[in-house]
Amino acid sequence: MSLFIDDDVRARVARLELPWSAGGYDKYGTSRAHLELFFSLVAPLYRSYFRVEATGVQHIPARGRAMIVGNHSGGYAIDGLLTVASCFFELEPPRLAQGMAEKFLAAMPVSSTLSARLGHLTGLPEHAERLLNDDRLLMVFPEGARGTAKLYKERWSLVRFGSGFIRLALSTNTPIVPMAFVGGGDVLPTVTNLYKLGRLIGVPYIPVSAYGLPLPLPRPCAVHYGAPMTFKGTGHEDDETIEKMVAEVRDRVAALLDDGRRRHEQRVRPLSFLGGGR
Amino acid sequence: MRLLVTGISSNLGRLVARLALAAHHDVIGVDRRPWPDAPREIEMHAVDLTKRATEDVFRTRHPDAVVHLATVTHASRDADDRYRINLGGTRTVFDLAERHGVKSVVFVGRHTFYGAAADAPLYHTEMDAPLAVATFPELADLVAADLFAAAALWRMPHVCTIVLRICYTIGPSKKGTLASFLERRRVPMVLGFDPLFQVMHEGDAAQAILTASQSAVDEGLKGVFNVAGPQPLPLSEVVRLSGRSALHLPEPMFPWAFGRFGLPKLAAQSLEHIKHPVVVDDAAFRRATGFSHTWDEAETLSSFRYA
Repeated sequence: MSLFIDDDVRARVARLELPWSAGGYDKYGTSRAHLELFFSLVAPLYRSYFRVEATGVQHIPARGRAMIVGNHSGGYAIDGLLTVASCFFELEPPRLAQGMAEKFLAAMPVSSTLSARLGHLTGLPEHAERLLNDDRLLMVFPEGARGTAKLYKERWSLVRFGSGFIRLALSTNTPIVPMAFVGGGDVLPTVTNLYKLGRLIGVPYIPVSAYGLPLPLPRPCAVHYGAPMTFKGTGHEDDETIEKMVAEVRDRVAALLDDGRRRHEQRVRPLSFLGGGR
Repeated sequence: MRLLVTGISSNLGRLVARLALAAHHDVIGVDRRPWPDAPREIEMHAVDLTKRATEDVFRTRHPDAVVHLATVTHASRDADDRYRINLGGTRTVFDLAERHGVKSVVFVGRHTFYGAAADAPLYHTEMDAPLAVATFPELADLVAADLFAAAALWRMPHVCTIVLRICYTIGPSKKGTLASFLERRRVPMVLGFDPLFQVMHEGDAAQAILTASQSAVDEGLKGVFNVAGPQPLPLSEVVRLSGRSALHLPEPMFPWAFGRFGLPKLAAQSLEHIKHPVVVDDAAFRRATGFSHTWDEAETLSSFRYA
């Protein structure tokens, strides 16, 4: 396996400020060796295939707890993968953004092990709270699976944000770094989702791309981070107060998405076989 | 202190007794099974916990503290016997402790109380529910014994009750649930799953039990505590550090393969425990008692491997 390990990636993994055991695992089962292999495989995708542009990375704290909160873009977790990669490749020292994996992934072979070795725990409030209390960098997509199910024509929209992340940020005194992921809709232009077939094999849905296959196109993507937002409270506030805070974060993500869209449309031409689809 | 250990002839019982002797405590042992080479200083009583003779030991020997280790796992007995020993025995111990003025009782339970499931939290705190009842019904008697012991915290406020939920213990004795699982050269793993396992050296586990008992008698400590050693590691690493090799089998093959081809014989429900992690947060115990483990994960598994 060491043949596949990029020297730069190995050096960056060594600079991750995580408490490794002698065997190269942290207390959540994240594996240094798996990260080296994973980021070595992702590096050419990040740099060449998707040509990811990352802006505002200076807004992510160099250390200490923080929560990246962003939109979903793309039929499956390409947005999460490239956001994690941006924190690893763009930050000095690199940081490991840890996502909250969908529960079905933990029940399935291979995905349960892979997500754990790469630092992504099942999406439970207990996990998120524990990671933040350990001063980790958490990555949250409050749109949930509804967000990844967006079709190509809906790629610039945001669906409803859940409110759990705000209560968590308040109770753990965690700054929120708003984030907009741009380009996922072009990478996997979903024309429909097969929900019944998905349920049959234990996943929420199967995205069907405009060209039939669920393979990502080599289209440019971007991830834009905004200035951190800090909210004061206990996490036990009434729903109305919490919803106002959620709306504030959602508005910031929407603004970043609008800016990102303008930059993206200057950089990339819409997919001609979908008629532009603006 | 005068310490009474039930199930003293078990591996952990012997280790706790030897540690207690070394710390200059008086040790009384209760067990139906013999301990032929028991140190002479230990007063052994070969009685059944649920029989009248056990009360005589409490009545005449007046122990300050009890460590209750006389529980059995699902694999070793039939269901009636398990309920009689695990639940009936636990009830007897607490009743006798209250009746005869015992200051503290430490119930030694297992971390599998929490059960293994895909959507369960990775780190269980003492507040978590006993999912094992649903995921592994054969553990129900142990869960019931654990809950019965915990209820003593409010039923018997004069007795300092401590319930310990200890992770898998392993060491040179080569005894215990995990040692049985790792006994043979090839260890079965479910293809595509590699859950975190929490292992603790049996010497550390014995020290934790004695520390709990001492804290209960000296400081009046009571409560429910998870107990663990070094940080968890993937099952594949446990297998490797034990000098075994993993045999990755697709899940549907397991009920058929258990007990064949040199693989251990396991209950069908135990499959969840090699698919998903059962890991406990032991911070409360360490905070309350100052306990810290001595053996790290590699040393722990080496002690098993090279014994």
